[in-house]
Amino acid sequence: MSKKLTIRVKVNGQDRQGDVEPRILLVHFIREALELTGTHIGCDTSHCGACTVLLNGKTAKSCTVFAVQADGGEILTVEGLNTDGQLHPLQQGFKEEHGLQCGFCTPGMLMSSYALLQRNPKPSEEDIRWGISGNLCRCTGYQNIVKAVQFAADKMAQGGVR
Amino acid sequence: MIPPSFEYLRPNTIPEAVKLLEQHGDEAKILSGGQSLIPMMKLRLARPAYLIDINRIKGLSYVREEGGFLKIGALTREAELEATPLIQSKYPIILDTTHVIADPQIRNLATVGGNLAHGDPANDHPATMLALGAQVVATGPRGERTIPIEDFFVSLFSTALEHAEILTEIRIPIPPPRSGGGYFKLERKVGDFATAAVAAQLTLDSKGIVQEAGIGLTNVGPKPIKARKAEDFLRGQKADTATIAQAAQLAADEAQPSSDLRGPAEYKRGLVKELAKRALSRAAERAGK
Repeated sequence: MSKKLTIRVKVNGQDRQGDVEPRILLVHFIREALELTGTHIGCDTSHCGACTVLLNGKTAKSCTVFAVQADGGEILTVEGLNTDGQLHPLQQGFKEEHGLQCGFCTPGMLMSSYALLQRNPKPSEEDIRWGISGNLCRCTGYQNIVKAVQFAADKMAQGGVR
Repeated sequence: MIPPSFEYLRPNTIPEAVKLLEQHGDEAKILSGGQSLIPMMKLRLARPAYLIDINRIKGLSYVREEGGFLKIGALTREAELEATPLIQSKYPIILDTTHVIADPQIRNLATVGGNLAHGDPANDHPATMLALGAQVVATGPRGERTIPIEDFFVSLFSTALEHAEILTEIRIPIPPPRSGGGYFKLERKVGDFATAAVAAQLTLDSKGIVQEAGIGLTNVGPKPIKARKAEDFLRGQKADTATIAQAAQLAADEAQPSSDLRGPAEYKRGLVKELAKRALSRAAERAGK
């Protein structure tokens, strides 16, 4: 075992730190050390996107980044989307439009959609499908996920939410 | 899956990184975007004892024209390349290529330098760089040297980089007026490697005669392939449908596909022909604008 390194990150606005072996992946650090289990481990082979988080403002598959690489950085996980207990419009959209069935892919879908709407507040259907192309869902056929993102985009445009 | 143990090193400068490579030799690997290396480490296909993380080294991420070349810093992320106005307006072949690499999350981390230095014939930039006649800059203990891209890919996962060298820059000669290119890829789904892909770059004269041609093939051989016979055939010809069809056939003949999960070899050869036709037609169209 190689020696542990101390890393400091800002997660969902809070300063956190932990000691990790270099080989520990960011997803394990988030789930096991920080106890934020909303981020899921799906395929564990960089395909499915269930582990997607925002690392320094950009989506990343946290199963394909070492925790040590995030040292000094900012992370946003699905737990950070709500404000004061109020669901984010994307979360409301997934609820209203039935954007999930089993829910396993949902945290990753939410994070990719969140990043998409930050960049492009009025996405077309094609933009949405492209934006979530790194996230796999095996239940919904994506139709309702696309509707959920459209719901959120409309709601955010009306409410001036980001 | 957690990879085997390794020691993590994070140099702040290129000379420091080179020194670490010299010190640890073949046991060390450079960690750039990590989007190929980390999956390989998880699967125990790569087991470096030392990882040298170059992500904190400043000044390795840029896209600019300078001294007759388009220069791309090795740490430039695919997503950054895709968002660069110069690439969008002047280098559509590179935009075509970066756009179909993996998926959005991976493009946020994956680097152009890594895509080449990994030496994987399934990666997309190699074919495009072959078509564009690029050079790569390798920085090592004795300073910098440039390597023409056609000499860079040695065999599967093996490049002309020496063990203490780091790929630091990609240089593409700025194409003359009336040049254009395109990259066509067939993949089973977003995020998969190409079943096959073809990059083509043409320079025409005012009468539509081909002055210069570059063609690169992805994932149809043990290394990225430069379709020299097709390139030679095209020079001096008018870039019309019949010529393009003949050149596409020559490119398909130069492919060395093998049968695998993505399809039988003969299917892939047919695919190269069709993709070469489309890429050359797109190149001619863009060159004519």
